[in-house]
Amino acid sequence: MLLKLEPRGERSKVMIYATPFIAIALTLFFGAGLFALMGHAPQTALYTFFIKPVSDVYGMSELLVKATPLILCAVGLAIGFRANVWNIGAEGQLIAGAIAGGGMALLFHDSQGLWLLPLMIVTGIAGGMAWAAIPAFLKTRFNANEILTSLMLTYVATLLLSYLVNGPYRDPDGFNFPESRIFHDAATLPILFEGSRVSISAIIALFVVLAAWMLLSRSLIGFQIRVIGMTPSAGSFAGFSAKGIIWFTLLVSGGLAGLAGISEVAGPIGQLLPVISPGYGFTAIIVAFLGRLHPVGILFAGLLMALSYIGGEAVQIDMGMPLAVTGVFQGMLLFFLLSADVLIRYRIRRVAARPVTVKARAE
Amino acid sequence: MTAESLLTLSQVTKRFPGCIANDHVDLDVKAGEIHALLGENGAGKSTLMKIVYGVLKPDEGEIFWQGKPVQIESPAAARRLGIGMVFQHFSLFDSLTVAENIALGLDSNPPLNRLAEEIRTIASRYSLAIDPDRHVHSLSVGERQRVEIVRCLLQDPKLLIMDEPTSVLTPQEADGLFETLRELVAEGCSVLYISHKLEEIRALCHRATILRGGKVVGFADPKASTARELAALMIGSEVGASRRGAAGNAGEPVLEITGLSFPGDQPFGIDLHDLSLTVRAGEIVGVAGVAGNGQAEFLDVLNGEALCLTADAIRINGVGVGWTGPRQRRMLGMGFVPEERLGQGAVPEMSLSENALLSSYQQKGMVSGGMISLGKAISFARDIIRTYAVRARGDMAEARSLSGGNLQKFIMGREIMQDPKLLIVAAPTWGVDAGAATAIRQALIDLRGRGAAILVISQDLDELFEITDRIAVIHHGRLSSARPTSETTIEEIGLLMGGADAAAETADVA
Repeated sequence: MLLKLEPRGERSKVMIYATPFIAIALTLFFGAGLFALMGHAPQTALYTFFIKPVSDVYGMSELLVKATPLILCAVGLAIGFRANVWNIGAEGQLIAGAIAGGGMALLFHDSQGLWLLPLMIVTGIAGGMAWAAIPAFLKTRFNANEILTSLMLTYVATLLLSYLVNGPYRDPDGFNFPESRIFHDAATLPILFEGSRVSISAIIALFVVLAAWMLLSRSLIGFQIRVIGMTPSAGSFAGFSAKGIIWFTLLVSGGLAGLAGISEVAGPIGQLLPVISPGYGFTAIIVAFLGRLHPVGILFAGLLMALSYIGGEAVQIDMGMPLAVTGVFQGMLLFFLLSADVLIRYRIRRVAARPVTVKARAE
Repeated sequence: MTAESLLTLSQVTKRFPGCIANDHVDLDVKAGEIHALLGENGAGKSTLMKIVYGVLKPDEGEIFWQGKPVQIESPAAARRLGIGMVFQHFSLFDSLTVAENIALGLDSNPPLNRLAEEIRTIASRYSLAIDPDRHVHSLSVGERQRVEIVRCLLQDPKLLIMDEPTSVLTPQEADGLFETLRELVAEGCSVLYISHKLEEIRALCHRATILRGGKVVGFADPKASTARELAALMIGSEVGASRRGAAGNAGEPVLEITGLSFPGDQPFGIDLHDLSLTVRAGEIVGVAGVAGNGQAEFLDVLNGEALCLTADAIRINGVGVGWTGPRQRRMLGMGFVPEERLGQGAVPEMSLSENALLSSYQQKGMVSGGMISLGKAISFARDIIRTYAVRARGDMAEARSLSGGNLQKFIMGREIMQDPKLLIVAAPTWGVDAGAATAIRQALIDLRGRGAAILVISQDLDELFEITDRIAVIHHGRLSSARPTSETTIEEIGLLMGGADAAAETADVA
């Protein structure tokens, strides 16, 4: 007996929604095996990783803190991915947003005006957009692959931030530590719950999810994005501008990553540091796919992925496991999701080892 | 004829998810005959041939080769038995020479210079003019087909399968091919000839097996049957010709093409040279030509996917549109049906409603403030499905779930129901079954009756002669002058398709 993959006539609607859960189940299963190999009781480890961190209000609020930048970045990336625009550099655009928006906070550090925070947000978005505009220009003008350019620009942004906090942005009263001034209250996003670190950026992210949903499903530009993503020649037949869509999707994803960046430095972090993101921009790629490139799916995927960060910290602290556990879990999840996705277009059938020549007619 | 059987299929059945492509098919090919496998597109001819050539395996049934049961596991196994196949779509590399291409397809690996000699020998024996040292990109479609045939003949086949070989040939090239096939058969080789063109089957074949809906529905002696009888067997009902209607008095020019030149941007693409053509309100103008003579480039330029060098090279109702894209041209009343249905005219994974939206949202006012009114798209899709009798599971069906003919009806309906003043159609009935083809041609004639200007670019000469008022020929990126269809003949157009016009004009100058 053999197993055989057989193409389905149409994509399976059930499997589109089922494969993320299959991937989660497989990740848990192999994760348990991994913990066992490392010499920990799998049940305890899984409990510490996935349940304990969110079993109190503070844990839940930390989940939102981590999920917000992931969701913001992933929604933007998903809009691009739908159009086959592969922006891999959300991390760099996030940093660029933090540099630009945070720069405003430092420039006006003696001002208490209500205008400062909106200015920081707008500049942050613009910073992310500007960073994403570079791959957009290179792609539309020279047909340079945006995967490479956006990824490489991430390292440029990282080094630029490092230079700034060691130089122009450094806190003059900071004993030469590579850190900026701590942003004062007028330059910090309001907190949602007393005692937590959740800022109004969580609300903004929720709004972004809804807006992106409307954009993709109801607007003409969303329709153009989907047509060009699925069948570029049909888009060209209808007269949709492929270059326009490249610009639009890169600017939107860059802007949202920039928003995530400024929300981080004007929120939970409160200042500019040499490192401001534990790889949110990269993890957002997994979030986007895990959420089926759908904004609502991304909302849930973002929460799950945020849990992997908190859970990873929890097993580090409680059980002395290495930080790499977080990355391993995230990697397994994406790997299993991409492999399970084959079930959307194919079904598994058992076939006899030898082809049967004569069979009774089924009809 | 009492010759022994070369190939016999017995009760061969092949199922695909959702359909039975071959349903207990029997077929018997005798040594030294040209056997026709006749059927409409979708009748299961290609599936059956893929089974014979070892590409697919039958679910049921048996295959006998020279009386002995065989399992044909792969094309290589088929070739070892002595079966050669010339596919409808060639598999040649443009940048390699003829000899190199043929070497790639052989199971043995002879040195190139010896192979070139063998190619010359075979080619001269069967009057197949090809030069082994030429690069494939410089060959015409007919010459490419000869390369494929020579590739098969080098293996010394006992049975040669030809899948719709004349669909890409001029009438004269087709005659040459028939000569070659007759010579082959005279030497004892059998030919299995797949086609839906009745006249050529009557001219060429000794016996015919007719397939419909995956089943064998009859056998015929093509020489003793009329085309009408064969068609009735093939289609299963009487064929009606479309009502032509009085050729209306052509009115004002709607589409004016003057001195249009366009450098092709694809490697091995065709440059357009100085094309001129006028299409008036109330007439259908056809552009004939063998595929690959610049039609693709011409269509891109007409739709505005590629822009002209000058704005006035193309005018719609007097407005120069050479520099504007498809959307602006549609606003001037242009409709466009591209050559590829799935993947250009329609997005395969999208529903029919969304595909209705694709080219009609401007004219049908389906978008306001940047947001789509899905309700309007759905009701438009339902209108199209109803008016053009599109067989689909409703407006939510994915475009790719439709058969080629039904999708074409849908796309034609989408364009026609926007009431275009100018409709440009590529290959309106290519691969469409006879019933749908009649409906589509009728829709074009009705649209002309309402005063629209229609330009049809097609390789199907019979169709062009049936529906057009004037006809022009594109060859090597140049367009002949359009002549009234009633004053020309298929032979004359065929010669132009082979490039005779250019020669004649040069002679005139000299």
